[in-house]
Amino acid sequence: MNAEFAVKMQGITKYFGDFCALKEVELAVRAGTIHSILGENGAGKTTLMNILYGFYTCDSGKIFVHGSEQEISTPKDAINLGIGMVHQHFMLVEPYTVLQNIILGDETTKIPGIIDYKKARRKIEGLAQAYHFNIDLDAKIQDITVGMQQRVEIMKALYRGAEILILDEPTSVLTPQEIDELIDIMHSMVKNGKTIVIITHKLAEIMKSSDECTVIRKGKNVASVKIEDTSENELAELMVGRKVHFTVEKENRKTGEVIFSVDRLTVEDDRGITKVNDISFGIRAGEIFGIAGVDGNGQQELFEAIASLRKAKTGSIHMKGVNITNTSPREMFENGICVIPEDRQKSGLVLEFTVAENMVLEKIGRAPFSRHGLLDLKKIRKNATDLIREYDVRPEHCEDTRAGALSGGNQQKAIIARAISNDPDLLIAVQPTRGLDVGAIEFVHKAIVGQRNQGKAILLISLELEEVLKLSDRIAVLYNGKFADILDAKDADENRIGLLMAGGKNDENA
Amino acid sequence: MKMRELIKKPATGILLAILIGFVAGAVVLAVAGFNPLEAYGALFRGVFSKPKYIAQVIIKSTPIILTGISFVVAFKSGLFNIGGEGQYIMGALTAVIVGGKLELPPGLHFVVVIIMAMIMSGLLGAFVGVLKTRFGVHEVISCVMLNWIMLYLSNFLITTEWLKKPGTEASIEANTSAWSVVLNSWKTSDAGMEQLANSNSPMAEVLLKTDFNYGILVAVLIAVGVYFLYKNTTKGYELRAVGINQHASQLAGISVNKNVILSMAISAAIAGLAGALTITGVMPHRVTQLATHEGYGFAGISVALIGGCSPIGSIFSGLFYSMLTYGSASIQSEVGAASEIMDIVIGVIIYMIAISSLFIMLANRKKTAGCAAGKRKAEKHG
Repeated sequence: MNAEFAVKMQGITKYFGDFCALKEVELAVRAGTIHSILGENGAGKTTLMNILYGFYTCDSGKIFVHGSEQEISTPKDAINLGIGMVHQHFMLVEPYTVLQNIILGDETTKIPGIIDYKKARRKIEGLAQAYHFNIDLDAKIQDITVGMQQRVEIMKALYRGAEILILDEPTSVLTPQEIDELIDIMHSMVKNGKTIVIITHKLAEIMKSSDECTVIRKGKNVASVKIEDTSENELAELMVGRKVHFTVEKENRKTGEVIFSVDRLTVEDDRGITKVNDISFGIRAGEIFGIAGVDGNGQQELFEAIASLRKAKTGSIHMKGVNITNTSPREMFENGICVIPEDRQKSGLVLEFTVAENMVLEKIGRAPFSRHGLLDLKKIRKNATDLIREYDVRPEHCEDTRAGALSGGNQQKAIIARAISNDPDLLIAVQPTRGLDVGAIEFVHKAIVGQRNQGKAILLISLELEEVLKLSDRIAVLYNGKFADILDAKDADENRIGLLMAGGKNDENA
Repeated sequence: MKMRELIKKPATGILLAILIGFVAGAVVLAVAGFNPLEAYGALFRGVFSKPKYIAQVIIKSTPIILTGISFVVAFKSGLFNIGGEGQYIMGALTAVIVGGKLELPPGLHFVVVIIMAMIMSGLLGAFVGVLKTRFGVHEVISCVMLNWIMLYLSNFLITTEWLKKPGTEASIEANTSAWSVVLNSWKTSDAGMEQLANSNSPMAEVLLKTDFNYGILVAVLIAVGVYFLYKNTTKGYELRAVGINQHASQLAGISVNKNVILSMAISAAIAGLAGALTITGVMPHRVTQLATHEGYGFAGISVALIGGCSPIGSIFSGLFYSMLTYGSASIQSEVGAASEIMDIVIGVIIYMIAISSLFIMLANRKKTAGCAAGKRKAEKHG
């Protein structure tokens, strides 16, 4: 059946436990168009697409593909319906060639057990020509760029006969040139009758590539707009949304000396690509310095360089006059810097340890928690008891509970309790409210502002624009490894920052 | 519900695994035409009917308890020390050299021997750690290679004039001053021999007919020491933290590399101690030419797994393992079934322990999976 809509999703609702990820979401994707799904991190974009691709089943709602209602409960169902998905993190076998990866799991055979490489190669070459793919079938995955790897993923989907292609944050790992090439490929695919859904929060790319855009915020539909009728400004406002702020009590106080400074810092990622490009800034005592930006613009590398987890290529980092560039996390801690890391389970907590053990992770070697290399288990436990009460970590009396058994919000509370109990001069908070519910977010925000009010310096790195705006005294917008601008909080608003985040020019703001 | 809680306890899983192991052994025995009850009866008689049998089980358990603890130490830091064999040989070799070449007072000599053996094998382990942290060589690869390097190094050294005992395929013996045999000088003196020969006490039998030695005490001390290390010391805390979560440890200022090297060193030193105690404690107190490994290191992995990867647990599982292997000889002599039947039992036990986490998973599984899809189907049809 040749329907107007390639995909129609009606009243999609999905709960994870008590958390409502999607509520009555509608999506209508016209056949032969590029349709963007826009939203902040955690808005539910990927969940919606995972439902379409059969990774999750929705609790209620209907899915129509090419006009007929379908039940998609596994990715296999989706593939059979001609739906393909390219994930943010590629699923490729590194030592295999491009050709082998493309046919993996769907090998054409001459006689059972013998792969017909020639036939597969002809088919892929045909597809590559049709969509203007430049792809070397005999290169090994480990030797090609991420942009190429992405093309292999797209080719994998096309090879399986995908008519509808879902791309999850396709540009987050690409260089600007690779992004342009990807957009070209997308356009040629649409010309050949394919339908593309892309999940993204980069405004410029939506404007450049898409025909229509559905905006989702906190699991609900906000708007569906035609790109020709909208602007980056409008999309930014729709994405970030609410005019209403939950403001946090922030005392007006005079900031102190600059205690932490980064000078002309340049950092490369593992592939040798410059991710932080000649950045300089300083943070004063009693100030929250927020860094906003879309994921993948150098936040991670910047943080890792500050924490000495990654070598800075050039430039220096000073804490209270001490050069801590390329030293060690221990050195950073000794100089009064504590971290609330982005991934609490990976970098924040030792999940198999008890809460009490986790509460002393950085200072286990110090009195009163240990003397002469022997632990004082009573003091360690007492410390946890006090912090659990003060920061309301639940369940009550969880000193001896495995940290992994706590809920995400309580894990984060434990990390914040630990960081603040170290009494740092600089607190670095990376995505401190990722995945938390509203109550926990408020708690975290209050704790951070409380530190500021006590005259501590705070470096806040967050992908949540609202969070950066709400907490920061000054805001830097990281785009492509550079600060697009550094604004005073009073001069900043969602539109202006949103535009800068998406690479727009500051002066375009009307 | 109560069943579920019970299944989740690790000890339950281990006991269940042991039970299944014996059942599997019984099935194999029955298929082969033997009466399983008779065979297991022979096994237990072979272990418990005479004090000297019990003593033998304890003597033979000493090295594998230690290689078991050795494996546990590395495992706590997230490392797979499969190099127990090589480290054991390093310990034994060092013990023979220090025990045979040095002249020291009794007691002190023994202490010097085991300390030197632990240092040498500890260095071997540290080398593995350095290879891993500096050059990214996986410890399993380097350990397996070192197992063979140590075997041939030992075989080579004991053919040299310096270490060879003339007229044999073996090394010189450790001097009696380095021995850890219980009451050794007394029981070999004339008065002692006479008294033992005329005594009917079980202890006399043990002393006369076995190499009963202090090794087991050292093994227990090491087990308690390692338990204390992890429970009560800063180092132990760091070693465990690094084993569970490198990222968080590193960010908290705990050096991953240093602790990986240290963990391998401690682990290897304990495996080396096992080798040294065999030299000091058991006849013939020397190293012989070997075609392949003796298997103490590998047995240690089994012991550690059966012992729930705990140092104290390794004492009991080491005794258990030793009991099965020692008693299996009686199955062969009394019932006629091959003693390898016990290898099957041990193999099955380890498989069962390995998959006991699966039992836990099954017990944990709630009936949520497929629920949403089912509900939707129901709605559609309704």
